[in-house]
Amino acid sequence: MDPITTFSGKTVALPIANIDTDQITPALFTKVTVKTGLGRILFAHWRYQGDFVPKPEFPLNRPGAQGATVLVSGDNFGCGSSREHAPWALVDYGFRAIISTSFADIFRGNALKNGLLPIVVDAAAHAEALKIAEQHETVSVDLPNQTLTLPGCGSVKFPIDAFSKKCLVEGIDQLGYIMKHEQAVSAFERATNSEES
Amino acid sequence: MVAPKTLFEKIWDAHVVASEPDCPVVLYIDLHLIHEMTSPQAFSGLRARGLRVRRPDRTVATVDHIIPTLNRAQAEIPPSTAELVRQIEKNCSDFGVALHGVSSESQGIVHVIGPELGLTQPGMTIVCGDSHTSTHGAFGALAFGIGTSEVEHVLATQCLLQRRPKTFEVKVDGSLPRGVTAKDLVLAIIARLGIGGATEHVLEYRGEAVRALSMDERMTVCNMSIEAGARAGMIAPDETTFAWLRGRRFAPKSFDAFRDLKSDDGARFDRTLEIDASRLEPMITYGTNPGMGMPISGVVPAETSKQALDYMGLKAGQRMLGQSIDVVFIGSCTNSRISDLRSAASVLKGRRVKARVLVVPGSLPIKRQAEEEGLDRVFREAGCEWREPGCSMCIALNGDELAEGQYCVSTSNRNFEGRQGKGGRTLLASPLTAAASAIEGRVADARQYL
Repeated sequence: MDPITTFSGKTVALPIANIDTDQITPALFTKVTVKTGLGRILFAHWRYQGDFVPKPEFPLNRPGAQGATVLVSGDNFGCGSSREHAPWALVDYGFRAIISTSFADIFRGNALKNGLLPIVVDAAAHAEALKIAEQHETVSVDLPNQTLTLPGCGSVKFPIDAFSKKCLVEGIDQLGYIMKHEQAVSAFERATNSEES
Repeated sequence: MVAPKTLFEKIWDAHVVASEPDCPVVLYIDLHLIHEMTSPQAFSGLRARGLRVRRPDRTVATVDHIIPTLNRAQAEIPPSTAELVRQIEKNCSDFGVALHGVSSESQGIVHVIGPELGLTQPGMTIVCGDSHTSTHGAFGALAFGIGTSEVEHVLATQCLLQRRPKTFEVKVDGSLPRGVTAKDLVLAIIARLGIGGATEHVLEYRGEAVRALSMDERMTVCNMSIEAGARAGMIAPDETTFAWLRGRRFAPKSFDAFRDLKSDDGARFDRTLEIDASRLEPMITYGTNPGMGMPISGVVPAETSKQALDYMGLKAGQRMLGQSIDVVFIGSCTNSRISDLRSAASVLKGRRVKARVLVVPGSLPIKRQAEEEGLDRVFREAGCEWREPGCSMCIALNGDELAEGQYCVSTSNRNFEGRQGKGGRTLLASPLTAAASAIEGRVADARQYL
């Protein structure tokens, strides 16, 4: 996973609340054994008509939205199933951050493990971000300082837990972190009589 | 004096392996369930790092999401999904994991067979790459869904990095009226909370109406905790729990250790919701997420979004009773257990259906039990299709799916756009409501058939 520190990106708006993972990556297209190449099926039911023919009215298909890397969505983004195909597809499509007023728990964790930054802002900043994203303007993200800069509206702080931030900024692998506790895990198993029999 | 703790806190605290400042805790996982859809990339990750499965004896696999439900002996797994089956078979074989696979007598939906085999036990931490892992909370376990990266973490270390969720008491007093089921109760709770209403929380269902539920019913309730955004849902174990588990293949021999496994008097929850069970009605959903549910005698709320109404082909203010339907699905990890099948059969017995009806048992043992009781004959004689176990039309990955525009009364857990097939319209309800609606070919109130 590439470290994330600061970046700027073109925005696109999907002002719909409760976008579930069945919309982000319809189950039918998740019958795969790899993590790659899923950008094509991102929002497939909304994005295409017939056999992968783009629907011109869908926001991601507008000419101005091409190359967007920051998605501004409605509240509770990523609810529903635990499928990690959702962040895999968003990242493969090119997204680096999603701005919303809230995220579903499992999606949020999955996104952070794939270098996709969930940015939570309050309703006022969200309304501004949506306006900006309708025009596909560029926003800037400074993860070390936890700020999102919206053109014409200044900067807003966004929350992220210290550990997730450190992992993203330094490109730390979470499995490696757990494995450093191997001795504690073995001690836990001995103490709770849960060793392999 | 020790501060009173909630059930969640007791289990969480007993599983913390390590806790460092500014870091999530390293949480020990007692049982890891896996299936074919969300595990291949995790095993690939292990191979790439040269790691083994740390505790194959705590890892159990099944094939459920993509498995055909037509006559299994003759059914071919289509090429598009055969690779998923091939990989889980090879992965389990290479890494020494027990697989209740395509040809196993214990095959079934992962959240049905875990309890059925007695693998699911009170006080455990249980995870699976599937959001409906919350089902296992019915036994007083802390059980939650995880992504594939976390599946890899648990395979490699038997641990997960977790931030402590908040606690949420759902207190249900009174008793459920006749014809109002556990499914109606949980749909009512989700309608109250909204689809994101319990995000970052673990629900504990309590109160006399919860204590009165059977294990099958408790599983139905806990199963749908995720549909309110909750991290998990749980119910303290009691004699009902122990009696259900006793004698099962992997069940504990003694339950004495679990008798104090409940929230202490005076334990504090971050939030509380109180529900009076006696005021509930059968529920049905009208929209495109499980929070969009209403009493079956009601009308589609005025504030329903245009997108949901357009997708569902419904109008605000209209009644759902009498809405014409095309398909009925009785199955899924929410409602495919023997009591669900008995409940649907009690309505269907001696009657004929006016819709396409799929009845899909949750596991092979449930299928056998139903056949022993003659339920399969009741379903067949009513004109239903009696299928092999699997997730089937809950997620529509195996060919069991709706056609564009079709309405389906479904006992499953999600009514998201396209969930049961592109353009399909799902109305979530109980097995009783599903059966009554099947008979009439339109949304019906089952209470007139009881």
